Amino acid sequence: MLQDVIEAGNGDMIVNVGPQHPATHGVLHLVITIHGETIKKVEPHLGYIHRSIEKMCESLTYRQFIYVTSRMDYLSSHINNHACALLTEKALQIEVPERAQYIRVIMDELTRLASHQLWWGAMAMDIGALTPFFLAFREREMINDIMEETCGARLTMNYMVPGGVMFDIHPNFVQKVKEFNAHFKQKIDEYDELLTGNIIFQNRMKGVGVLSKEDAISFGCTGPTARASGVSCDIRKLFPYEVYDKVSFKECMATEGDSFARYVVRLEEMKESMRIIDQLIDNIPEGEIQGKTKAVLKPPKGEFYTRVETARGELGVYVVSEGATTPYRIKFRSPGFSNLSALDHIARGQKLGDLVAMMGTLDLVIPDIDR
Amino acid sequence: MTREELQSRISEIAPMATAIEGGEWLNMDVAPADWKNVAKLVRHTAGLDMDYLFCLTCVDWKTHLTMVYHLTSTTHRQTVVFKVKLDREKAEVDTVCDIWRTAEFHEREVFELFGVDFKGHPDLRKLILPDDWQGFPLRKDYEDPINMIKL
Repeated sequence: MLQDVIEAGNGDMIVNVGPQHPATHGVLHLVITIHGETIKKVEPHLGYIHRSIEKMCESLTYRQFIYVTSRMDYLSSHINNHACALLTEKALQIEVPERAQYIRVIMDELTRLASHQLWWGAMAMDIGALTPFFLAFREREMINDIMEETCGARLTMNYMVPGGVMFDIHPNFVQKVKEFNAHFKQKIDEYDELLTGNIIFQNRMKGVGVLSKEDAISFGCTGPTARASGVSCDIRKLFPYEVYDKVSFKECMATEGDSFARYVVRLEEMKESMRIIDQLIDNIPEGEIQGKTKAVLKPPKGEFYTRVETARGELGVYVVSEGATTPYRIKFRSPGFSNLSALDHIARGQKLGDLVAMMGTLDLVIPDIDR
Repeated sequence: MTREELQSRISEIAPMATAIEGGEWLNMDVAPADWKNVAKLVRHTAGLDMDYLFCLTCVDWKTHLTMVYHLTSTTHRQTVVFKVKLDREKAEVDTVCDIWRTAEFHEREVFELFGVDFKGHPDLRKLILPDDWQGFPLRKDYEDPINMIKL
């Protein structure tokens, strides 16, 4: 696990975790100062997968840059695309047909489910439980198949266009989503039985990496990480987009703020996602899948900001437009970047062995942090 | 609180901030020297409580740089955007990472990509780029013949 250990004087040791470490699920490099087994400081070194997506987007048109964002948070690629499509629609006041809105939201929630499933399996694997990984991937495969049929790709779907979605849904789509939902409703109880109630698992998670409500706000944490600390920050509830104001779902919250609370919030969120899909899947209206747009999109001069709730939290897209076909400046406020900044704070005073539990429950996706 | 009410409330406690027309939210212009004071006031004044800095970035306007701070209150749900104009040659502004801790990482990012010096930042080092990287990639006049493909 430890790449190299260097003596730093006064009994402190400096330990490098990553950039090639199985528990970072990507190329995150943490330089950790420990005293005995107690963590004194965690210092993330980023940039191993930095592609300067913001600079890249400055030379791409409003239709093109949507698909670059799939490569940021690759587990919620569809939701990233959604944020960019919403931005262009907001800037140019494009009407999205209702059918497209329904499809978009169903796809968003399927993406969220797939992302949380992968998180559940990978996080459990990091702390030593191998079985959940296989269970999670069994169910995730079904979602990937649904995606493949309709979007043509399994992970980076690139299904969004400004004004709607690229193709209509596959004839099997509704049937398959219903099958998946019925199947997963039973399987999620299996998840609970296997891991949530497990006393060894609980001992490793409870009281580990406590993030208070004030700190969560101050660090700009969003998504399940902040909601586990009692911060109400679900963009789907606060600033509903598409058809989120027509469906009923619960904002999953906890107050403990420890790793176990973050775990429970994500599991609950999966159940809520299924509820949203249940409400929408039977009612997809007939009609167009794309609104009317011009061939060349030129948003007016000004600044635009949209935000969506990805599987990790609030993704904000800030665009400065000069009235050209390409954005003058684009900034992605990625949820992972802010969530990572809290890692040092919550890890101090904890044991080195608990670090993977904290990293796992923060749900870090490195391309999202580095951009 | 409506946009007008928010504007008059902020103007009352911080007269050095001037409102700018347009935009989705209330936009206010602040001089770099006043920014730290304004930040403290909007953070700690009862009724404003801007406790959540959800976006911190910089825009290169070729003649000058503009720092953009998106602030919101998690209790009152009102949003304000502060803009601080900086000189391109000598870009420096006070850090706000002691007020909003998320600023620590975001300021490091702006420091390396735009070359803005944040005075008082406890740990102003490169975060994403390699330590020996020359130049500020997100500035408009940045050239890199090897890594950049111009369309």
